Amino acid sequence: MTLLRLILERLLTTLITLFGVAVIVFVVIRVVPGNPIAMMLPPGATDADIDRLKALYGLDKSIAQQFLIWFGNVLHGDFGTSITTRQPVLSLVLDRLPATLELSVMALVIAVVIGVTLAILGTRLRGHRAEAGIDVANGIGLSVPDFLWGLALILLFGVIWPVFQISGRVSPRLELPFTSQFYLFESILRLRFDLTADLLSHMFMPALALALPLAAIISQLLKQSLKETVNLDYSVLARTKGYSETRVILSEALPNSILPTLTLVGVQFTFLIGGTIIVERLFSYEGLGNMAIDAVVNRDLPLIQGIVILFAILFTFVNLTVDMTYAVLNPKLRHA
Amino acid sequence: MSGFLEIRGLSARLAGTGQRLLRAVDISLPAGSVRGLVGESGAGKSMIGKAVLGVLPKAVEIVEGEILLDGQDLLKVPPAERRRLIGAKAALIPQDPLTALNPSRRIGPQITDRLVDILGWEKARAASRALEVLAEVSIPEPERVMRLYPHELSGGMRQRILIASAFAAEPKLIVADEPTTALDVTVQKQILKLISALQARHGTALLFVTHDLGVVSKVCDTLSVLYAGKVVEDTTVERFFAAPQHPYSRALLAATPRHTDPAASLQPVPQAVIDAAMAEIAAADAAWSAHG
Amino acid sequence: MLDGRGLIRRRAGARLWLSGLWLTVFVLAAVLAPLISPQDPLAQDLMLERLPPAWVAGSEPGYWLGTDSLGRDVLSRIIYGAQVALAVALVAGLATCLIGSALGLVAGFYRGWADRIISRIVDIWMAFPPVLFAILLIAVLGTGLTSVILAIVIIDWTRFCRVVRAETLNQSKMDYVHSAKVAGFTRLRTLLSEILPNVLPVIVALLTLEMGIAVIVEAILSFVNLSISTDQPTWGGMIAEGRTSIHQAWWVLVFPLIALFFTVLSFAQFGEGLRERFDPVLR
Repeated sequence: MTLLRLILERLLTTLITLFGVAVIVFVVIRVVPGNPIAMMLPPGATDADIDRLKALYGLDKSIAQQFLIWFGNVLHGDFGTSITTRQPVLSLVLDRLPATLELSVMALVIAVVIGVTLAILGTRLRGHRAEAGIDVANGIGLSVPDFLWGLALILLFGVIWPVFQISGRVSPRLELPFTSQFYLFESILRLRFDLTADLLSHMFMPALALALPLAAIISQLLKQSLKETVNLDYSVLARTKGYSETRVILSEALPNSILPTLTLVGVQFTFLIGGTIIVERLFSYEGLGNMAIDAVVNRDLPLIQGIVILFAILFTFVNLTVDMTYAVLNPKLRHA
Repeated sequence: MSGFLEIRGLSARLAGTGQRLLRAVDISLPAGSVRGLVGESGAGKSMIGKAVLGVLPKAVEIVEGEILLDGQDLLKVPPAERRRLIGAKAALIPQDPLTALNPSRRIGPQITDRLVDILGWEKARAASRALEVLAEVSIPEPERVMRLYPHELSGGMRQRILIASAFAAEPKLIVADEPTTALDVTVQKQILKLISALQARHGTALLFVTHDLGVVSKVCDTLSVLYAGKVVEDTTVERFFAAPQHPYSRALLAATPRHTDPAASLQPVPQAVIDAAMAEIAAADAAWSAHG
Repeated sequence: MLDGRGLIRRRAGARLWLSGLWLTVFVLAAVLAPLISPQDPLAQDLMLERLPPAWVAGSEPGYWLGTDSLGRDVLSRIIYGAQVALAVALVAGLATCLIGSALGLVAGFYRGWADRIISRIVDIWMAFPPVLFAILLIAVLGTGLTSVILAIVIIDWTRFCRVVRAETLNQSKMDYVHSAKVAGFTRLRTLLSEILPNVLPVIVALLTLEMGIAVIVEAILSFVNLSISTDQPTWGGMIAEGRTSIHQAWWVLVFPLIALFFTVLSFAQFGEGLRERFDPVLR
């Protein structure tokens, strides 16, 4: 019962948040000084032409009216038409979403692997010099954002020791047999591991840049929690049973430290997804973020709206998932 | 006769400050017998239990001495082997049942893990053994309880599970670290009876750490009185309660409520006794420093 | 374990020293830019394009860190770029801090409807991808230093608001706040003289962190060509240019990147060091 109520409450606040996002995006965009209509017109267009176009995009009505019409359409899945490409925003955005999702998930996996490994290592070596080394690495990882990591990686592994691709999502010379935009996923399903390797080689640098700050956060939080847990009574009891220190950390402390870390990592994962925007730009990776920057530069209002709202949905969805996972995994809540 | 557990001349200190925690402690525990370790908090009684089980905090440094478990000096064995040795031959009944069970693991695996991972039993055999010991400590519906999480059980239930878990591997030695302190008075008696009965049935040697002389009189055969990390009296329970030898022991006894005479007023340990005990210890320390 | 506090203090000391040293260099470079720059940062000379740094063959004297594709001196541009970075760090950092902290204090201390409204707005803000939000705002506000600062403040006040609110809530539950109430202090006085001093260490640490973030946001905006006009050199602009000529002239990317890297790292570490030194709980 409590779990169900929790879910409903969270769903409701999520909807309110998304509505707020929609209002703000709409308002911000309506005050853009540059006139997008002017850019669309051929030279020598008349005032009548301008009015016709304005009517076509609904720009001749009051802001409140415009919002209601637009919001009503959005609820039906109609995000309007891109001004630059003249294609439906929804299909444009959904076309790019898989690339960004694959990148984000890859980054998350890298961050978890690095973060958890360092946390366990740091706990195992607590009190040693190596722990201080891990702390310093965490401090640097936390302080330097993904944008700078991306640039540093471009220099290191793109130029000085060029082992990875630093531009694009896939080598342009390759023939792609894919029917979906989930290239990486589909390449594995089709057993085309040559393509998987090429995709990974392109994805690894931007994913690592996104992952490093999150890895540092995971490592720091988890280590802190593990160091407390390995001194608790049940860990001591496990030691008297004959278990090694590593085993105590892995099977007694880790299960209890994962949950508190998980909730904090949830918010951080949304930051990671937000970071894809500039990191995709940096690595010319053809995802949502790259498209978003182009949309802003081109003043493509409907496209900007669509992308921002999609990101907001993504963020709130991640937070919701984390909350639910927490509720389901926590034995105390589950059996309450 | 040499005991199953023999501690000889064990001295320990705090790594940072060098403060002495244990001073040449000798303890002998024959197989199947029960020894109480008595003293105020900070006297070092828990420290001895931890040293025997190899779980001293990192800040504690053993300076000299031997801990012989079944004839093998634990302090001379490499750490990995020491852990296995202790895991196979000894077990702990912890103080606080609320914190000694891992909250995110089910009860069953917390009993069987040692049997499977350390002793190499097959899973089915370990599970049936767990059911057996749970029945022995009168846990109703043991099959169901094995699938529960700790927070779904009462404190008394959890302590019985921890006792069952300690006896599951048929250890020759059990260290009970104040196993009743955290429980309600009514439950305390049941738990003490249970530990006594199991100890007698299995013939386990039991090192019983407690500050409660009433408990000692019910459970133990012999006892060691600790003061400031030193054994000031090593005697049998009968002799102790009949005629304690050391002044500190006498004072401790006077400060303990007698169940037979609840109206008798309690005497705090007199300052003179403490001063005398401290002088004795200072002299021992001086001698120790001289030869070390 | 026993000398843990000593260890923390020693490490905090090294942190404060190293980061403080770099920040001093950074501030001096910005303030003294016209005096110490070896060249005019805007002077283009096609005869001097893509000169390598002084220790590489083919360099010219006077151009220590080489030149970019228009023959402009990299070192001078980094020194002048520090001006924009410093201005953004100070103004955007302080403004963000003031607005966010004030709202956080109000929400955490007075609770009620004020808290509900502020928290709801923060929730909505957290659903925006910050970089996209910043780019969008610049597109709306137009480029220029003021727009950049305004955009940072509009986006990042929530960072202070969230943390300060949580901290204020914690402090409000403490006994000393209760005693202040019993002693008959007004609510405002309790907030300002009892709670604020205890929340201050967190605010200070966040402030220096935010300064570093502001520098980064400005660099990102410059990188996508949406920050300041082109006749003022910026690190982000230099990086954007260096990224395109990375295989021909690595120095155009490397040196501004190093400057940015250490500045951001130093701001964060300086704040951490300050907090460790002055937090009454850790001390």
